[in-house]
Amino acid sequence: MIRVQREDFDPGAEMARLGGASHGVGGVCAFVGLVRDAAGEAEVRAMTLEHYPAMTEKALAAIEAEARQRWPLEDCLVIHRYGRLEPGERIVLVVTASAHRQAAFDACQFLIDWLKTKAPFWKQEETPEGAQWVEARDSDDAAAARWNGDPAAE
Amino acid sequence: MKIIYFAWLREKAGVNEEDVTPPAGVTDVAGLIEWLKEQSPGHAAALADPAVVRIAVNQEYATLEDPVGPDDEVALFPPVTGG
Repeated sequence: MIRVQREDFDPGAEMARLGGASHGVGGVCAFVGLVRDAAGEAEVRAMTLEHYPAMTEKALAAIEAEARQRWPLEDCLVIHRYGRLEPGERIVLVVTASAHRQAAFDACQFLIDWLKTKAPFWKQEETPEGAQWVEARDSDDAAAARWNGDPAAE
Repeated sequence: MKIIYFAWLREKAGVNEEDVTPPAGVTDVAGLIEWLKEQSPGHAAALADPAVVRIAVNQEYATLEDPVGPDDEVALFPPVTGG
């Protein structure tokens, strides 16, 4: 399931919901992304997430479908927020539920890695020097490429 | 054809979205970007470096070689930074 929203979410409640949906679930794995108060040397007072509404849910649904095809998941959930967020606030939640832990761990990591390089969101940070757009990181591309099945990238 | 810009491409282009009618010779994304660059100094600045421009046609990722037509929605944006 995919949710794109301005509002906050409750990671514990979402994990409990996915874990309780079926007694075939043996493990639930979650990742929560938060706003940091620094980007390198610069202080970050807040960030604003912009997205492409017509494409965002489509892109996230495609990423979810890919995860479900690769791993035997009982359920999975991605919530991504947009709008202005301050340090400490939650940005993104990925929850995976599976019969066994390895699929839940791997699918969770895959989902956040792919989401970071494929979902149409852009972050702009508010710093004392003014607003600056966050640049994509090569390390994120490398993390996503690990899942392409190229042993050289692992 | 509808063109939508995001993040710093939007700021440099100076427009959120626009309806455009490129000449008939514009049939693919590469041709469209070259034509858009001629529309204003802002457009030229936004699209100056193709290596940092990502493209979606009708909300699906596309490449410079993909075709575009009058009914398409084309989005131009920098590499994504969500998550």
